[in-house]
Amino acid sequence: MRIALNVNGEPREGDLWGGESLLYLLREGFGLWGTKNACEQGECGSCAVLVDGVLKCSCLVLAASCEDCQVTTIEGLGDDPVAGAVQEAMVSAGGVQCGFCTPGFVVVMTELLKRHPGADDEEVKQALAGNLCRCTGYARIVEALKRAQVQIA
Amino acid sequence: MVRGVGASVPRPDGRAKTRGEFEFASDLTAPGMIYGRTLRSPHPHALVRRVDVRRALALPGVSAVLTASDLPGQAVYGLAKVRDQPVLVGVREKVMYEGEPVAIVAAESPERARQALGLIEVDYEPLTPLTDPVEALIQGDGYRELVIRRGDPGAQAPVVVKGYYEVGQQDQAPLGPEAGLAIPSHGGREIDLYVATQGLHVDLDQVAECLGMERERIRIHLAGVGGAFGAREDISMQIHACLLALATMRPVKMWYGREESFFGHVHRHPARMWYEHGADESGRLLLVRATIVLDGGAYGSSTRSVVANAACFGAGPYRVPNVDIWCGASKTNHQPNGAMRGFGAVQSCFAHEAQMDRLAARLKIDPVEIRRRNVLAAGDELITGQRVTGSAPVDKMVTRCMEIPLPPALDRAAPAALPGGGGYLADAGRVRRGVGYALGYKNVAFSGGTDDFSTARVTLGLSGGKPLARVKSAASEMGQGLVTVIGQIVRTELGVDEVELMPADTLVGDAGSSSASRQTWMTGGAVQGAAQKVKSELLRRAGPPAVELGEGCVLDAEGMPLAPLEVLLETPIEYEHEFHHRPTQALNENGQGDAHVSFMFVAQRAVVDVDLDSGVAKVVQLATVQDVGRAINPLQVLGQIEGSVAQGVGLALMEEMRVSGGHLLNPSFTDYLLPTVLDMPEMISELIEEPEPLAPYGVKGVGEPALISSPAAIAAALRDATGLDLPRIPVSPAELAGIAHLAPDPRVVAGQRPLERVVPARVLTPVGEESGDGVERGRILERG
Amino acid sequence: MLARTPDTTVVAGGTDLMVAMNFGRIRPERLMSLRRVAEMRTIEVGSDTYVGAGATFTQMLGTIEDPAMVLAAKTVGSPPIRNAGTLGGNLATCSPAGDALPPLAALDASVVIASAAGERQVKVSAFMLGPKQPDLRPGELIVGVRWRRAGLAQAFLKAGTRNAMVIAVASLALVLDKERRRVGVALGSVGPTVIRAMAAELFAQSWLEDRDWRPGTPTQAALDRFASLAAESARPIDDVRGSALYRRHVVALMARRALERTCASL
Repeated sequence: MRIALNVNGEPREGDLWGGESLLYLLREGFGLWGTKNACEQGECGSCAVLVDGVLKCSCLVLAASCEDCQVTTIEGLGDDPVAGAVQEAMVSAGGVQCGFCTPGFVVVMTELLKRHPGADDEEVKQALAGNLCRCTGYARIVEALKRAQVQIA
Repeated sequence: MVRGVGASVPRPDGRAKTRGEFEFASDLTAPGMIYGRTLRSPHPHALVRRVDVRRALALPGVSAVLTASDLPGQAVYGLAKVRDQPVLVGVREKVMYEGEPVAIVAAESPERARQALGLIEVDYEPLTPLTDPVEALIQGDGYRELVIRRGDPGAQAPVVVKGYYEVGQQDQAPLGPEAGLAIPSHGGREIDLYVATQGLHVDLDQVAECLGMERERIRIHLAGVGGAFGAREDISMQIHACLLALATMRPVKMWYGREESFFGHVHRHPARMWYEHGADESGRLLLVRATIVLDGGAYGSSTRSVVANAACFGAGPYRVPNVDIWCGASKTNHQPNGAMRGFGAVQSCFAHEAQMDRLAARLKIDPVEIRRRNVLAAGDELITGQRVTGSAPVDKMVTRCMEIPLPPALDRAAPAALPGGGGYLADAGRVRRGVGYALGYKNVAFSGGTDDFSTARVTLGLSGGKPLARVKSAASEMGQGLVTVIGQIVRTELGVDEVELMPADTLVGDAGSSSASRQTWMTGGAVQGAAQKVKSELLRRAGPPAVELGEGCVLDAEGMPLAPLEVLLETPIEYEHEFHHRPTQALNENGQGDAHVSFMFVAQRAVVDVDLDSGVAKVVQLATVQDVGRAINPLQVLGQIEGSVAQGVGLALMEEMRVSGGHLLNPSFTDYLLPTVLDMPEMISELIEEPEPLAPYGVKGVGEPALISSPAAIAAALRDATGLDLPRIPVSPAELAGIAHLAPDPRVVAGQRPLERVVPARVLTPVGEESGDGVERGRILERG
Repeated sequence: MLARTPDTTVVAGGTDLMVAMNFGRIRPERLMSLRRVAEMRTIEVGSDTYVGAGATFTQMLGTIEDPAMVLAAKTVGSPPIRNAGTLGGNLATCSPAGDALPPLAALDASVVIASAAGERQVKVSAFMLGPKQPDLRPGELIVGVRWRRAGLAQAFLKAGTRNAMVIAVASLALVLDKERRRVGVALGSVGPTVIRAMAAELFAQSWLEDRDWRPGTPTQAALDRFASLAAESARPIDDVRGSALYRRHVVALMARRALERTCASL
């Protein structure tokens, strides 16, 4: 089946079989490789995207249900200043090692700071609880978020 | 040099990673690419009677279906020069573990490949799997046994404590699953493989053998690696992808989803350990006897080395005059086990640290004090007889660890602070806090006479009129930050700020695998060596009075700039260097020998809160003091420590591959639980920098130590909070609530081989060879 | 439409269905997405609470006030999961580990089901016939869930091995409805379906009745009795997430703690 949606501000069309996930469509269909597949079960957050502005695990979103949706991936955060502050802080704070979880974290962190820039420590951790990292132990990712908060304020 | 050795330089690939622009192996594409998938045995042990691929081949969109009868080269692969693992299990051969590959397909889409797998008909005759690692050793099914014997193995001591301990099977679970892309060329006479791996040349050896092709016709390129932690030392899809690419003459991409990944790589050896510690009344160790049984699983992998490590470090970083440690690994019908961060030392550390606490309790000596009375220092002899010639600031580390401030008391009014978080299960009034310590150590680089050298090439030229240094190395960057360190070393040696790392591939000499915490030392040494050769040439070209380099210039003896490097680089300068560590010896039949290059030490303290009734626990703080020699990049070193602590929290409280009858019950992140941000303690880490002689800049390795003793420290804290024995990790809430207890395995005594102990007490059904008394002697494959 | 093609699989948030699809375990002939059916996302809070089957947990957390449901919704998965998961999905999947199901049962909620033939309502406890066996006939669609507001004396506790994103080893929802003089106790992950611990409910009701629903601090004896009755209702098994022994132990513990906490707010 064919589906038309808007990805990162551009109209896109994809051919897919009915049960395909949005994650698969974004990567294999549209060549947007930034969103990652680490578990295909919604247990790791590496596939985080925004669908009509709402944070979702794209591995659990049926691509076929995304007709006319606005999807934003890591590639689409582009020159957004909040995303830029998050990205810069992630590098300077040491929140990036292998980087596989990083796009998912950047999407989640950016969404949080845009929606609730004054999030406290507990709210930050609750917001990040759905993203797994195997390399860093998380401390420097949380530190990066705090630095970005300061930068944006 | 501003961005040189010692600075917390941000990693050069960091920006791309935050923007989703960094290409991992699973992101690769090539024009005309098709997809490969693997058919795996659902049985842990079975005879393959028949394999029929005709229906799969007939499916439109399927380009190839290969079985063991299609293999062009050697049919087996493996590590450490032991080739025991089949590329594909063939007809009339036996499946040895659940998930073992039987066939591979290539098709137009992943979905089509999945459908093709469903059309391959395999007749299995299931066999009874051997799943008990102790029973396996008794029967003689093992990879290696090793004895460390020193002093008087029969020594007596006034105070003796005994214990039985278990460590469950941990998975490395790197977030990036197995992936790679094989591209054939020259009509199939050559092939390029892009793969996420820990060792390009290690892979090349095996791929060349199994393709039946000369090494020169194969190029292996490092693709972006999404973490490894030991999971990528062994071959996964490398040979399969190349076989399919050559059979179809198309680029073939293979990747494993998370579930398949659990079956597609080795895991940490689960361990059963029986320990006996003897001391005098003042707590000085007199003897350690131990028997360590590791489950090696179906094939050898790096098990022989893990056995050596578990035994060599089996008593911990202490002076012990009398030692009798026996370690063996069984061959069972479980998935093969192999390298995981810590490599045998994690398992024995859990046991020896529990033993030290037992001694402390028996003697009513403070647990930290009893350790301090026994810790190693530079110049001491290890239980293998080797004298510690490098740095060993263990006592200082223990002191520093104790001095790190404890966390504030539990805020009983904040539900989020309680163990169990948002489950609201815990009751503040029933939460008890515990504190525990643990020390650990292991080797850096490979041991036992292995010469795991590294090679690097440095080229200094001009780019846009300015000096640019290029480094070529086959070393695998897996996230640990080697790419940053390499740049820092070149900057320091050459005084040049612009450094570019070329793609890692097998077109340059072997760098050895990214394992054993060795790359900063070994590839750092190779890069330093090559850079120093370039420097010599620069100074030769400059002529006197130039004696040094700095800030992009040649300098005189007072450090004054004489000329910019640009004027000396009309032609570029290129040198390669092969860096070797000092030679080591193999261990003798008593496990004695100068076997290790050097050692990394660690001291940790854990603070935990436990709700005594429900058994839910939270690690509140984990303090680490680590002996790093020299921190080339302190920020990255801290990142390694913190990542190790997270894996230690996982092994202590929640990570275990649950296996029953040879079947893996939890191959998913739903039930193989990794710590989330809400499970992490406050981490305080301190680096002790006492330079290591003979190492570049005095470095040691840093990647493993904080995982070696953190599970032991957390377990010690849990025991302090609950008063329970807790002989097993991961510890479950049921155990912490005091309603479940582990019964020790009664079959073995510390310090003895299972065979010898069991022979007089049991009657064995003779199978195969018999000795005069009608009892099978067994088929240990390698002794010592 | 379901009446015409009853073998259609319905999908809302996809948090259960897509896992099975991604792993190749199911390949439904037909899928119907409810994404655009706005009516299914309505939430009404009055003397009753009504939650449309397509409303997400995040939407619920912003609106509903029933403490047991709020606490349960907060523990579902993770933020992106809560942005997609729905009560309708929890009910249709009908797993005893669905976090929202014990509170619904304890609140004595009713499932509203529509078909070409009209609408019917069935109590949540009766709706869950067995593991993955909801009382849904071909051509039927869950459109919403409704329950009476039951005051603030409610609790939800969940036992797991990790502090986030965890499938319950056991869970318990307790509702002390002073206005209607009714107690609801429901257990999750300790049986083939969510279990209403009726003996514990009856005990608590009569115990509260004896005290005119002003119990003060419960005695140890009352807590013991309530806890053991709740544990006796559990039918736990050993599985990879926990043992039957531990599950029974922690059900008793959760019952005791839930009663203590809720009595304090009566």
